[in-house]
Amino acid sequence: MIAELSYWQETAIRVGAGLGAVLLVAGTLVYVHLFKMVSFMQSRLGPMEAGPYGSLQLLAEVGKHLQKEDIFPRKADRFVFAAAPFVVLASTFLLVVVVPGGPDAWFVNNDVGIYLAMAVSSVSVIGILMAGWGSANKYSLLGGLRATGQLIAYELPLILAVVGVVIQAGTMNMQGIVFAQAEGEIFGWGGIGNPYILTQGVAFLIFLIAMQAELTQSPFDMPIAESELVSGYMTEYSGMRFLMFFIGEFATAGVFSAVAAVLFLGGWYIPGIDPTDNIMNVLGPLVMFAKIVILTFLVFWVRFTFPRFREDQLQRLAWKFLIPLSLANIVVTAIFKVWI
Amino acid sequence: MSDFLRSYLTVGIFGLVGVALVAAFLGLGRILRPSNPTEQKLETYESGVDPTGDMWSQANIRYYVFALLFVMFDVEAVFIFPWAARLEAYGMFGLIEMAIFIYILLLGLLYAWRKGMLRWV
Repeated sequence: MIAELSYWQETAIRVGAGLGAVLLVAGTLVYVHLFKMVSFMQSRLGPMEAGPYGSLQLLAEVGKHLQKEDIFPRKADRFVFAAAPFVVLASTFLLVVVVPGGPDAWFVNNDVGIYLAMAVSSVSVIGILMAGWGSANKYSLLGGLRATGQLIAYELPLILAVVGVVIQAGTMNMQGIVFAQAEGEIFGWGGIGNPYILTQGVAFLIFLIAMQAELTQSPFDMPIAESELVSGYMTEYSGMRFLMFFIGEFATAGVFSAVAAVLFLGGWYIPGIDPTDNIMNVLGPLVMFAKIVILTFLVFWVRFTFPRFREDQLQRLAWKFLIPLSLANIVVTAIFKVWI
Repeated sequence: MSDFLRSYLTVGIFGLVGVALVAAFLGLGRILRPSNPTEQKLETYESGVDPTGDMWSQANIRYYVFALLFVMFDVEAVFIFPWAARLEAYGMFGLIEMAIFIYILLLGLLYAWRKGMLRWV
């Protein structure tokens, strides 16, 4: 069916679906987790006025921010200051391209899939550093530098945790990783395939911790620590530009969770249904959506439960614990792969 | 154009869509929002008091060594990934080669550790 369309028609459909997926996931995460889950954790109701149970609250917020004045501080580096939100959101969209939702429901089916994702995930660091530097504000500068130090430190455990999955699957293609899990066997029993969380449990934990740090969510929220840096690199941003960082944060949380779901939770396949069946193009995205919501629930549960790490504790955890552990994971996985 | 290059074209298009989305939101806001800059409003925020000194003040970048280490490990990841994807084909030879590679890498990390580079003083 897809082969009949020209490249441009096909790409237009994929881009539309990608745009819808990113915004839908980000909106859902803001409502379900930030507005409601957190409110219930803190024994309050959360937004209730806009729409049924406050479900249109986010639209109301966007409407409010659209009408806010766009303030450029006089001393700011205007170009860098203005460009930073573009870079941050573009990096989210570059990351989403590798996430597959079904046998034909993918954005880009590239043989270096996960490698591409790891490469573009560092682009957001540049955006954050631009925001911190361009604001010409001491809080922003410190926040931007802290964010850079944190993001490059946790980039490594993230990448090295993925290597274990690549060794097991024998491919870097995201679709290939899903098929390898769907067709995998646990000690000769292939009933539910082999979601790599079972054999790569250590890598999954490392990935989740590093993901939390990459998203600068508490307990790794040193860069935007509100009690010392006001709002870190976002301090000088107001109105719509601030909302862009905000949407980018939640969209990236969704996309990273989607990558984790593909790598460790089996992606879009359903045990018992042939993964090449056309029905999976409809059911697959729904399965992915459910897994994204579950994984981001963990992220926000941790975020609203644990107190903040100190900067030195944070760097120590990455360099002295997570990186050696992930290297050990690679070695053990490789030995098992070759010998068994 | 081959499928391989076309997939990168799609990646580029997705990046442009991200930029276009921000531009659309900011453009829409331009029609709706007021613009009334005053002297105080454009001042740099510094907890409500008049800002002092140079905004691009000198900050002690303690983790410049971390940045060097990061480059080292990142380059190493470039070598590890192709090996990981083809491990079954390489078998024992690949395993021993990579064990030596990771051993040397760990020595580097241990050296930095012993030299106190990983300590945030």
